[in-house]
Amino acid sequence: MFELIGIPPQALFGQLLLGLINGAFYAVLSLGLAVIFGLLNIINFTHGAQYMLGAFVAWMLLNYLGLGYWWALLLAPVIVGITGVILERTLIRRLYHLDHLYGLLLTFGLALIFTGVFKQLYGVSGLPYRAPELLSGGYNLGFMYLPNSRAFVILASVVVCFGTWFMIEKTKLGAYLRAATENPTLVSAFGINVPLLITLTYGFGVGLAAFAGVLAAPIYSVNPIMGENLIIVVFAVVVIGGMGSILGSILTGFGLGLVEGLTRVFYPEGSAVVVFVIMALVLLVKPAGLFGREI
Amino acid sequence: MANQVETIATDLPREKGAGMPRHHLIIFVVLAAALLVAPFLLYPIFLMKVLCFALFASAFNLLLGYGGLLSFGHAAYFGMASYVSAHAAKVWGLPPELAILCGTAIAAVLGLVFGALAIRRQGIYFAMVTLAFAQMVYFFSLQAPFTGGEDGIQAVPRGTLFGLFNLADPETLYFFVLAIFFFGILIIYRIIHSPFGQVLKAIRQNEPRAVSLGYRVNQYKLAVFVLSAALSGLAGATKAIVFQLASLTDVYWAMSGEVVLMTLLGGMGTVFGPMVGATIIVTMQNYLATLGDWVTIIQGLIFVVAVLLFREGVVGVLAKRFRKPL
Repeated sequence: MFELIGIPPQALFGQLLLGLINGAFYAVLSLGLAVIFGLLNIINFTHGAQYMLGAFVAWMLLNYLGLGYWWALLLAPVIVGITGVILERTLIRRLYHLDHLYGLLLTFGLALIFTGVFKQLYGVSGLPYRAPELLSGGYNLGFMYLPNSRAFVILASVVVCFGTWFMIEKTKLGAYLRAATENPTLVSAFGINVPLLITLTYGFGVGLAAFAGVLAAPIYSVNPIMGENLIIVVFAVVVIGGMGSILGSILTGFGLGLVEGLTRVFYPEGSAVVVFVIMALVLLVKPAGLFGREI
Repeated sequence: MANQVETIATDLPREKGAGMPRHHLIIFVVLAAALLVAPFLLYPIFLMKVLCFALFASAFNLLLGYGGLLSFGHAAYFGMASYVSAHAAKVWGLPPELAILCGTAIAAVLGLVFGALAIRRQGIYFAMVTLAFAQMVYFFSLQAPFTGGEDGIQAVPRGTLFGLFNLADPETLYFFVLAIFFFGILIIYRIIHSPFGQVLKAIRQNEPRAVSLGYRVNQYKLAVFVLSAALSGLAGATKAIVFQLASLTDVYWAMSGEVVLMTLLGGMGTVFGPMVGATIIVTMQNYLATLGDWVTIIQGLIFVVAVLLFREGVVGVLAKRFRKPL
């Protein structure tokens, strides 16, 4: 077996794989934030809580209705997405004419409520969620063992990210969306229902968060604070990436996950802060972010 | 402009040479009188907690209400100052006044570094950047050897002020904290009503116009950021001496959210709002502590209601009613 700078390859590839999985979550979550931000101009602080809701809905579907992982992957994003639509219609909509900081504050308050309710109902210890049979095995890649459940997370995340990118950049619906981002008044003059578009976009972005939550359920335990710290890292990812492009947030998400994994190999104490250090450096060199446009 | 944070007008009808407007003077005198009597009627430790958070919220409001900058990471300055002052008092054996100064200084330095980076972005990006930096401070506090990890720094000695007053006596301690509180509040008041404060107001209302008038906008923003961080640090450092404890709670991002809530609820951009907001929130937490997670839920609800229906806050509404800036 070969060694890299004194690090056994199993450890290195193991951490890189973990980093890639974290990156998959960063990518889907920052993608959801980017989609919502694009049209609503609101940083959805509830995103972390909605990710947590996705995991809890998956758990509830299994424990109360007996519907497994595959059903959850399909249903949880829809269910949580619908709650997002309701929030947008009843609350968030009232703030569009104000400074976007109020959107941030409102969604922050909503995040407190969701997290508080689930803490009250389920405690903070975490509930186990079994991965389905199909994902139980794994492959031996020679230099490391790759569990199927983890490989699936990466695969699913890549597929969803690509699908979202394709929908926004290559389809007619995406074209409407991009146009509405640029100039909502003009687009509505063409007879397109912009408020409906906004509502559906929010629902879709929330659905993405919930999808990530379902993916996370078998890997991490399901608990009310699972989104709390993750979302702040995702915010840093967003600042680094710049949120100007859909592709940018996907690439930045995966890339930073890998960087975090590498740091865990070479300097474990720094792994929790490396993303923030990179953010500081990016702000120094390119304040608009790696893929961002200066506004 | 529609995309400005709503704040209550801070224009003061001022005659030349006149100091504080009379209604402000009256409020300050009544406040001082009430706070001098309060420890004989209420539990002093509770009062000191209120004072520390009132100062913290007022320092935060200097940045948000007058600078128009929403920092979502003020826990970093509050919490780091409380760690440093606790460490200075316990390990270095410094007297309380120097320990608090150390904490305040470190908060100012931290504010300078983070502020210089954060003001490169605006609006919600600014909020996210400050939040991310605060989280970095949180992880640092979790891992650094001197902070005591999950336990924090406990049993911090209160010491003897100037070698004369023994702060172990709760009443002496209370008057010390009261003095710090008034010192901080009057500094903030002075900053708001200085030419510097007027320029800040101009920047908040219309940044391009302030730029075109020749003001170095970023320097003003950075200055107010550092001042706000330092005063937040003063509050945090004082709190560490009062409670003889510095812990992760004070650097966690929930604390950053709490100070936003206090300011929003009391009335951002008002002199007295943050104090009222801090009093309401601390009182609520104190008396509802047994309800556990319901406190978080209630805070979330207050946030939602305040943002949707009550953006001017308690004092903002009063100011409108009396048609006087408060």
